[in-house]
Amino acid sequence: MSDKKIRVLIAKPGLDGHDRGAKVIARALRDAGMEVIYTGIRQTPEMIAEAALQEDVDVVGMSILSGAHMALFPKVMDLLRQNGLDDVLVVAGGIIPDEDVPALRQMGIQGIFGPGTPTDQIVNFIREKVQ
Amino acid sequence: MFDQEKLKSLQERRAQWEETTLRKTLDRFPERMARFMTTSGAPVERLYTPLDVADLDYERDLGFPGEYPFTRGVHATMHRGRLWTMRMFAGFGTAEETNARYKYLLEHGETGLSVAFDMPTLYGYDTDDPHALGEFGKCGVAVSSLADMEILFDGIPVDRVTTSMTINSPAAVIWAMYIAMAEKRGIPMHLLGGTIQNDILKEFIAQKEFIFPPAPSMRLVVDTFEFGSRHLPRWNTISISGYHIREAGSTAAQELAFTLADGMEYVRWGLARGLDVDEFAPRLSFFFNSHNDFFEEIAKFRAARRIWAREMRQTFGAKDPRSWLLRFHTQTAGCSLTAQQPENNIVRTAWQALAAVLGGTQSLHTNSMDEALALPSEYAVKIALRTQQLIAHESGVVNTVDPLAGSYFVEALTNRLEQEAYRYFRQIEALGGVIPAIEKGFFQREIAEAAYRYQMEIDTHQRTVVGVNDYVEDRPLTIPLLEMDPQGYERQVARLERVRRERDHERVGATLEALRQAARGSDNTMPYILDCVRAYATLGEIMGVFRQVFGEYREPTII
Repeated sequence: MSDKKIRVLIAKPGLDGHDRGAKVIARALRDAGMEVIYTGIRQTPEMIAEAALQEDVDVVGMSILSGAHMALFPKVMDLLRQNGLDDVLVVAGGIIPDEDVPALRQMGIQGIFGPGTPTDQIVNFIREKVQ
Repeated sequence: MFDQEKLKSLQERRAQWEETTLRKTLDRFPERMARFMTTSGAPVERLYTPLDVADLDYERDLGFPGEYPFTRGVHATMHRGRLWTMRMFAGFGTAEETNARYKYLLEHGETGLSVAFDMPTLYGYDTDDPHALGEFGKCGVAVSSLADMEILFDGIPVDRVTTSMTINSPAAVIWAMYIAMAEKRGIPMHLLGGTIQNDILKEFIAQKEFIFPPAPSMRLVVDTFEFGSRHLPRWNTISISGYHIREAGSTAAQELAFTLADGMEYVRWGLARGLDVDEFAPRLSFFFNSHNDFFEEIAKFRAARRIWAREMRQTFGAKDPRSWLLRFHTQTAGCSLTAQQPENNIVRTAWQALAAVLGGTQSLHTNSMDEALALPSEYAVKIALRTQQLIAHESGVVNTVDPLAGSYFVEALTNRLEQEAYRYFRQIEALGGVIPAIEKGFFQREIAEAAYRYQMEIDTHQRTVVGVNDYVEDRPLTIPLLEMDPQGYERQVARLERVRRERDHERVGATLEALRQAARGSDNTMPYILDCVRAYATLGEIMGVFRQVFGEYREPTII
């Protein structure tokens, strides 16, 4: 790994305002030495892809608890690709049923972290993937 | 309450015990941890004695149930007279599906209804709005117009069953739809009983379902206070909520303090409107979380009653004893549920519910075991409801009023939480009050810090969560989860399109325009909203008027 700090965008797509998890992860990543940009709540896929581009991030982490992930995540992935951000690591967390996981991996979301995941597991995952 | 001489001798006796019996034990069997703490991270001592509540004055601090300061309960007989209302928060998919769930719950002994709305409804969008993409029916039921409300309550005796509706920014509109639904069935509004959550301050603080900036949001809330006090005497026009503050990660003390600070802010706004405090305060109600720490939660409920009674009587000069009462609904802690080994959640919920009952709750929702995974299945929700029935009829805890009063520990905790609440009140005041504190991100930062601390305690194993960081099993999920109608979205959108097509267009336009004028001026908006919903204007259209007049709020982003 290079000495450059890993840059992470933590985003909350959709309408739900449950931002406890997103904020805890944002702080944990920051405490682990990463640069963290938190979008705040109610972000559209367009806003997330735009922020990822503008902020030149290595990682996009999305948190959603409303159940709208199967509608919103594919849009974000398409827009990231259109913005030439194919190499950005995308991870997701929140309430995501097991049955949706294969499809999400298929569309390129590499890490999916459900409730109860220790924060250091997420930190380590990101460090391993971002070289 | 205690004789000074006796306390002095007790102090000596205690020191002696520490030197002898305790020391001997500790030498042989050290305690399991260096520090014991509550779920909120507050220290817990080894032993509580009269020395820890030496200043307690029975009449001043506890009194008798049904009398000031209501520490022991708001009714003289509490659950001996009437059990709490068993009110399960429910809603998903279409109005038809949720209506069936309500009937199922009532059939199994539920005694009050509680509506969960979906995200688009909570944000004042119709189901087919582009902002609503993917969100239909996921977290609750979609209600876009009076037509949905009619189906939602079809066949349910709304003149006899009370209904609580968890709705905030669009509370006035959804309430108007409920009133209009009853009206169409020939039930006049003064007979309706229930609650709208309508607590916008905690939305800014924790739950984040705000739309408009604070001032116009508060104006709509006060409009409902005024309208309710004149026309719906049995309706709680607000449920001042600590629940979401706690779910966002706060401590028990923060939940208590921020909720009561919000309550007092609503009273100030009501007074500023020119209302008499006793005109609206009796219809203010509260909503708390019941988290894991059994005694801390019970103490929190007791402290809340005492603080509210004192503030209403002394600070706001309320004369009607009903204005002093802190009546509350409780929900067990959703954030304590684990996705791992979901059956364990039945047990967590049971003792959380027991704490709420021992704390003197007026109504209760018990979470279902599957709620860390999905909305509750019929199977899971029935067990959650049965949990309340078991407590009510088998545990024996309802047989006497406030049975934990006089426990040195519980009284000391009650006092401590009360003191912490007053510390926060002073801090909030120093920031210029609740709304300036929101705008400065004070509450959000306090809560985020507590949430982070809690997570770190779990990650570093200072705190054990069974099935998550200890006693872990790797086995597939075995409980059945809720499945929704796959055609629900199409059915809902078809209904919405039919409503838009078949209604009296001129009347819709005229009522919306009248509402716009009212919103721009200072009239109470409720009668105008009622006219709009009666004309089948949709939620999105009505909220659209307010969005244009009031603008939308963006919060400071705080990690």
